[in-house]
Amino acid sequence: MKILLIAESREGKLLGGTYELAAFAAKMNAESVMFLVGDDTVLPKYAGKLYLADGKAAGEYNPDVHKQLVLDVIAKENPDMVALCHSSYGWDLAPRIAYALKAAQISEVVGVVDGVPVVPVCNSKLRRDVKAKTVKSVVTLQAGAFGLADEPSGTPEVEKIAVAGAGRVQFTGYEQAAAGGVDLGKAQVIVSAGRGIGKPENVAMIAALAKALGGEYGASRPVVDSEWVEHNRQVGTTGQTVTPKLYIACGISGAIQHLAGMKKSEFIVAINTDRDAPIGDVADVLVVADLKQFVPLFTEKIQSL
Amino acid sequence: MKILVCIKQVPDMESKFKIDAGGTWYAKTDLAWRMNEYDEYAVEQAVQLKEQVKDADLTVLCIGSDQVKETMKKALAMGCDRGAHIADSNASGKEPFEIAGIIAEYAKDKNFDLIFTGMQSQDRGSGQVGVLVAEMLGLPSVSTVVHFAYTGGTVQVKRELEGGIKACVTVQAPVVITCQLGMNTPRYPTLPNIMKAKKKELLTIPVADLLKVAARQETAKMYFPEKKGGGLVLEGDIAELADKLIKILKEKTAVLA
Ligand SMILES: Cc1cc2nc3c(=O)[nH]c(=O)nc-3n(C[C@H](O)[C@H](O)[C@H](O)COP(=O)(O)OP(=O)(O)OC[C@H]3O[C@@H](n4cnc5c(N)ncnc54)[C@H](O)[C@@H]3O)c2cc1C
Ligand SMILES: Nc1ncnc2c1ncn2[C@@H]1O[C@H](COP(=O)(O)O)[C@@H](O)[C@H]1O
Repeated sequence: MKILLIAESREGKLLGGTYELAAFAAKMNAESVMFLVGDDTVLPKYAGKLYLADGKAAGEYNPDVHKQLVLDVIAKENPDMVALCHSSYGWDLAPRIAYALKAAQISEVVGVVDGVPVVPVCNSKLRRDVKAKTVKSVVTLQAGAFGLADEPSGTPEVEKIAVAGAGRVQFTGYEQAAAGGVDLGKAQVIVSAGRGIGKPENVAMIAALAKALGGEYGASRPVVDSEWVEHNRQVGTTGQTVTPKLYIACGISGAIQHLAGMKKSEFIVAINTDRDAPIGDVADVLVVADLKQFVPLFTEKIQSL
Repeated sequence: MKILVCIKQVPDMESKFKIDAGGTWYAKTDLAWRMNEYDEYAVEQAVQLKEQVKDADLTVLCIGSDQVKETMKKALAMGCDRGAHIADSNASGKEPFEIAGIIAEYAKDKNFDLIFTGMQSQDRGSGQVGVLVAEMLGLPSVSTVVHFAYTGGTVQVKRELEGGIKACVTVQAPVVITCQLGMNTPRYPTLPNIMKAKKKELLTIPVADLLKVAARQETAKMYFPEKKGGGLVLEGDIAELADKLIKILKEKTAVLA
């Protein structure tokens, strides 16, 4: 089996998922070749062939052009599978490639059992084994699912590919996340509010517990999207990644994008009414309780220690 | 201007799920159903666009059993003009390629200027349907959009990337946009609008009329993941729980020292 790995870079930096693709190919016992739109001064460590298109010519987000470049490589290499990261780049490009190849696309693969990809369903509460019915298939890999066995090594054998055409969507630049405010990265204790807090007034009880523990408060995305808490307190893939000594998740279900931002915390406590909430998978302690009752009481007890 | 918004009805994710008899999906009984969260943003954006350009016709489309009409009525009450219900008692068994094929078949000769979908469904979560619809119709598409603006045929959007960075993108309509959480603030339907929605057209089309493609993959098996970690689960009286938790934090962490 031969897999075409679609690496990623942004503003001249290689993105981490690139090496997970190589780990996936190793796990599949497959031969692989790599594709990257990027910069020839920033090459991934990779012991194989790398097809490189110039990022300045192709643009960093230009789906029509990137799709065509990938299809050109596929025409040369005839891979059985195309693997991308399940990232903003990968989930955007994958269906375009799959459609052109008339191939099955299997999204957010978290594992492979007997050659069959496994994907999550319903916020990771369930799993599904998915079999492609087509000869070729396209997969996107969940971040972290195929971590690295070893630090990758090797220097790729680079073949540059020419960029042609302009594409229908025009990328005009990046907008950085607003800087300033709290630096959650420095906090030893983080208490985070999830949608389970129910209403904005309840942010105060989460902040009070954080204060009692000498820490900061954070939040999951819906709490930030609702503007109950500012974005610089959001934990997760589109917020911050934190590793405090203690992380307390209050009314947070444990979606993969939230877990990605906090699962490396030293000790994790979850307070949730749902005993089966996926946050339980990473929590050292799951307190099955209504946070509105538990948090104020717990805070009082901490304060009187 | 003609606008299409595609919505899916999904179970509440806090539900207690069971596997169905076929072993390839969750059982559809004893669940509370609602509009896919991502699609609420899609509907809101479509309604805002209609309000902005004034002369617009907005269709909401949903593939599913009769039960999905309840969710469609919410979209109508939020401001969609008409509903296209694609009647399919086995929509949950359909792979994204089939769902996209049905939507594209419906849309192909209707000349929509804008098509909105969610970036993913909460249950299946493939994140494929919107982009596939665009590929099938030969339209450009932008996924994972958190900001949308329209001026005279030009669409300016921001795509959300990892770490909260956004990519600014310009594209000409017709285009397909897949909507990400936080794109806007979805409105709550008001009572008068709920009443008005009852009189709006809700056309039912049998799925057989629109399904022209075959699935390219299949679910071999659905199951519960093995519980990892083996963390401690505390249940019972909350005062006791609080004391137990304090004891654990004293033993296992340095934060209460
Ligand atoms: C591309 C992408 C990027 C994303 N980035 C992020 C990110 O950076 N950060 C992030 O957090 N999310 C992110 N998300 C969203 C993520 O998928 C989830 O939707 C989100 O994390 C859910 O937040 P939640 O757990 O607070 O809410 P929900 O999933 O709604 O969970 C609420 C929880 O509260 C519990 N609960 C309810 N009432 C109570 C009560 N009274 N007491 C105790 N518990 C209660 C429920 O049982 C449930 O488990 C992203 C999604 C996508 C697609
Ligand atoms: N049964 C359906 N009916 C209408 N639209 C759907 C359906 N399933 C998925 N969609 C649309 O496609 C988007 C992405 O779904 P998915 O590819 O399953 O993650 C959803 O947010 C909806 O907008």
